[in-house]
Amino acid sequence: MSKPKLALYWAASCGGCEITVLDIEEKILDVAAFFDIVFWPCAMDFKYKDVEAMEDGSIDLCLFNGAIRTSENEAIARLLRRKSKILVAFGSCACDGCIPGLANLTTREEILDWVYRGSPSTINENGVRPQPKVRVPEGELEIPEFYEEVRTLAQVVPVDYFMPGCPPQPPQIVKVMTAIMTGAQLPPPGSVIGAGDKTCCDECGRTRQEKRVKRFYRPWELVPDPDQCLLDQGIICLGPATRSGCGALCVKANMPCRGCYGPPPNVTDQGAKMISALASVIDSQDPEEIQRILDQIPDPAGTFYRFSVPASLLHRRRSAPAA
Amino acid sequence: MKEQERFEPRIIGFLCNWCAYTGADLAGVSRMKSAPNVRVLRLMCSGRVDPTFVLRAFQLGADGVLVAGCHPGDCHYQEGNYKALRRTLLLKRVLRQFGIDERRLRLEWISASEGEKFARVANEFTEEIRALGPLELTAALETGPALELEEVRA
Amino acid sequence: MRTITIDPITRLEGHGKITIFLNDEGEVANCYFQVPELRGFEQFCVGRPVEEMPRITTRICGVCPEAHHMASVKACDAVYHVDPPPAAKKLRELLYSAFYVADHTLHFYALGGPDFVVGPDAPPAERNILGVIRKVGLEAGGKVIELRKRAARVVALIGGKYVHPVTALPGGMAKPLTREERDEILGHTDYFVEFGKFTLGVIDNVVLKNPGYVEMILSDVFTHRTYSMGTVDEKNRVNFYDGMIRVVDPDGNEFVKFHPRDYLQVLGEHVEPWSYLKFPFLRKVGWKGFVDGKDSGVYRATPLARLNAADGMATPLAQQEYERMYSTLGGKPVHHTLATHWARVIELMYAAERAWELARDEEILSDKIRNVPTATPDEGVGCVEAPRGTLYHHYVTDERGLIRRVNLIVGTTNNHAPIAMSIRKAAFGLIRRGAEITEGVLNRIEMAFRAYDPCFACATHSLPGAMPLEVEVIDSDGTRIAFRRRP
Ligand code: SF4
Ligand code: SF4
Ligand code: SF4
Ligand code: FES
Repeated sequence: MSKPKLALYWAASCGGCEITVLDIEEKILDVAAFFDIVFWPCAMDFKYKDVEAMEDGSIDLCLFNGAIRTSENEAIARLLRRKSKILVAFGSCACDGCIPGLANLTTREEILDWVYRGSPSTINENGVRPQPKVRVPEGELEIPEFYEEVRTLAQVVPVDYFMPGCPPQPPQIVKVMTAIMTGAQLPPPGSVIGAGDKTCCDECGRTRQEKRVKRFYRPWELVPDPDQCLLDQGIICLGPATRSGCGALCVKANMPCRGCYGPPPNVTDQGAKMISALASVIDSQDPEEIQRILDQIPDPAGTFYRFSVPASLLHRRRSAPAA
Repeated sequence: MKEQERFEPRIIGFLCNWCAYTGADLAGVSRMKSAPNVRVLRLMCSGRVDPTFVLRAFQLGADGVLVAGCHPGDCHYQEGNYKALRRTLLLKRVLRQFGIDERRLRLEWISASEGEKFARVANEFTEEIRALGPLELTAALETGPALELEEVRA
Repeated sequence: MRTITIDPITRLEGHGKITIFLNDEGEVANCYFQVPELRGFEQFCVGRPVEEMPRITTRICGVCPEAHHMASVKACDAVYHVDPPPAAKKLRELLYSAFYVADHTLHFYALGGPDFVVGPDAPPAERNILGVIRKVGLEAGGKVIELRKRAARVVALIGGKYVHPVTALPGGMAKPLTREERDEILGHTDYFVEFGKFTLGVIDNVVLKNPGYVEMILSDVFTHRTYSMGTVDEKNRVNFYDGMIRVVDPDGNEFVKFHPRDYLQVLGEHVEPWSYLKFPFLRKVGWKGFVDGKDSGVYRATPLARLNAADGMATPLAQQEYERMYSTLGGKPVHHTLATHWARVIELMYAAERAWELARDEEILSDKIRNVPTATPDEGVGCVEAPRGTLYHHYVTDERGLIRRVNLIVGTTNNHAPIAMSIRKAAFGLIRRGAEITEGVLNRIEMAFRAYDPCFACATHSLPGAMPLEVEVIDSDGTRIAFRRRP
């Protein structure tokens, strides 16, 4: 019997998801032995046309990391969807849009303007900007055009499973790969795999008393008690609005969770969940005092949606925010 | 502006069962003139209004969202309306960062006997949203309301 | 006119594209190296609290998140005018050294090294880490995996997380190192040093004992006389975490030595319409196009450039090898691009020895690891030597410490112009009229490129989006005669 076929691909990605897969240590050798790796641009020499030539549905498992920003990202996502039996959105970028998805709080125009004109190290008297098609003396050169916004994989093609995390943590990858390799029963399509079914708080180990607070602290302002819940101490921690699965890594390193494992089960919008959680924590009934307390949270959207602006209900900024 | 060109805002009102909804009902029964733009959803308490509901309403095509509950101290679940207050104030900041005018989200305290206040708020809010113009997050509502709305006609 | 496109160049992190145009005579008319993606961190970070930047900018690149974490937190220290306690700086440098060991290892054994170790004419199927293992010996594969595992462990113990560490914050570090953790790290650093020695042995046995390779290293096709940039300590020795930035001219004389905060006086970035990536150059010399020499502001910031820009290494074994390299290759500075691989291994040795020293410094166990900032935040530049070049993070904030402006010059970007030039030179030198364009020729062009260990995840810190690298050869009538595209 021939081996099952595996493909790994990076779209708009930082490469961290790939590094993590490479670094599941000895396990990577088992994976390499079990599967026939038919496509893995980061590590091996295969071409798009090899994938195009494959029969539809002939890739058994495709781990897709990175978000969708360019027409090429989208084209490859469609291609791999067609060729794959199981398509996994691998990592926060593919699942929720991740930190690069914060770009949805600005616009393409603002980005281009700053990078090629505004930035202080740029010397560009003629206002040159990169163009999708440029005539040079010898011929024509092309670079892709960018979409206005960052999208998640599921916003472009149907996805079978979601594996969150920035990046997904090695023990979770090993667990999922082992399950697949031993032929274990997979959950119904559409499920989140490689993560827990609670919140980050359940893994954190700090004592949480659900205290009410009158003052929020920025992480640099306070040396927190290592055993008490950070939120109880007034440090914004996304733990209650984040799915378990990482083992509360950041919180154990004395830093607040920023939500890379995405929203917990039954939550659509991670930021909305965080707003609810904070509304229960703030100790005031007076509108003016509440406003003053909220002033201590300087960037609510960028904090509550640090990893999920593209996947959020609002998806992106609509117009310039009022000053 | 000609009548047929006038923009008719779509407004979703999340009203608490005990006070605001009763107030709205009173406005209806008393035949007070209240803008029909506000489509009402009844909830047990304003503290039940998950920020997700508000975002979902905008996402599905609402131009404005009204949250109304009992006056401070009168909430049947003690704290619900204070929670709603804190949520709303925080949500407004998030909306602003997403480029959505925070005036599109409004919180009001309306008691069961304040039918006239409900009518006034509904009218005022409708005019305010009319002035702000359509939000147009989506065209989803063009094909009919996607939310199951329990509507109260004034 | 014909065009050759290599797309994508495999075994590099990120994506890129090379297009080579041939004229009617079948000679190279011109050659373009394009970076077709852009991300936008500089713009979408506006409005974010500055202390979040060390956790946001790591996502510029998952290959060197540690470099961004460090440059970013140093910029934060500067923004808040706070000097972290010595133990915090040592923890950061230890984390950073372990990362360097892992990253240089990845490049040498898996990405760029295969060309060097297995040889440029080996079939593509051999030019990968497996080929290296066959050549160097089976135990090498196990050693590489073991090394990366141990280095990842050191980064995770100090940084909380291996890919995208989180513990650096303005004024210091969030988590002290416990004695048990430190004791574990001692063993890992022993391993680093042994591994460094082993890798120096590989250079010696496999490369230097092979006259064909040495000849190739010294060949003109792979040579560019440019300025060299690198960070140095107070004795002008190579440093990765902190110091002054020194630039030497193509003859090896000091051209400028500056504090990172003055980078704007020294550096400018040029824009071309056919690439999303900008081209940094030395302002005083000026942008003269894709040419080398003393009159062109093009500089390099690579392992080799760092060694050229310094007077030596701060640790004994690395210093020994430093001297050996320069005496073998005919004295300082060296401009042979392929010698970058050797320089990288010397740096690997230094990082290993530095990690070893730091792990044995008792002060690293101190729990005084944070100074809470008190000054009003305003503006700051943070700089480290990333493996792929000098990395600058520059933030301007309001009085609450919210980002107003961000400017980044990222490792690979420094080398954008030299990479383009090296590819161009290799193409001009290797593609001849009538001669068949073999796999070996195309691979040599890629080699010119891979020596820089370019990482476009980094370089394109400006919109999420990624493209593979392609080389396309286009004929004078516009037909495509060769195409390589490695996704
Ligand atoms: S999810 Fe995180 S690690 Fe993976 S590609 Fe995105 S930013 Fe990188
Ligand atoms: S809020 Fe953060 S610190 Fe508190 S219990 Fe949850 S994860 Fe732990
Ligand atoms: S603690 Fe939060 S931010 Fe950190 S790894 Fe876990 S889910 Fe991600
Ligand atoms: S019951 Fe009316 S607001 Fe709670």
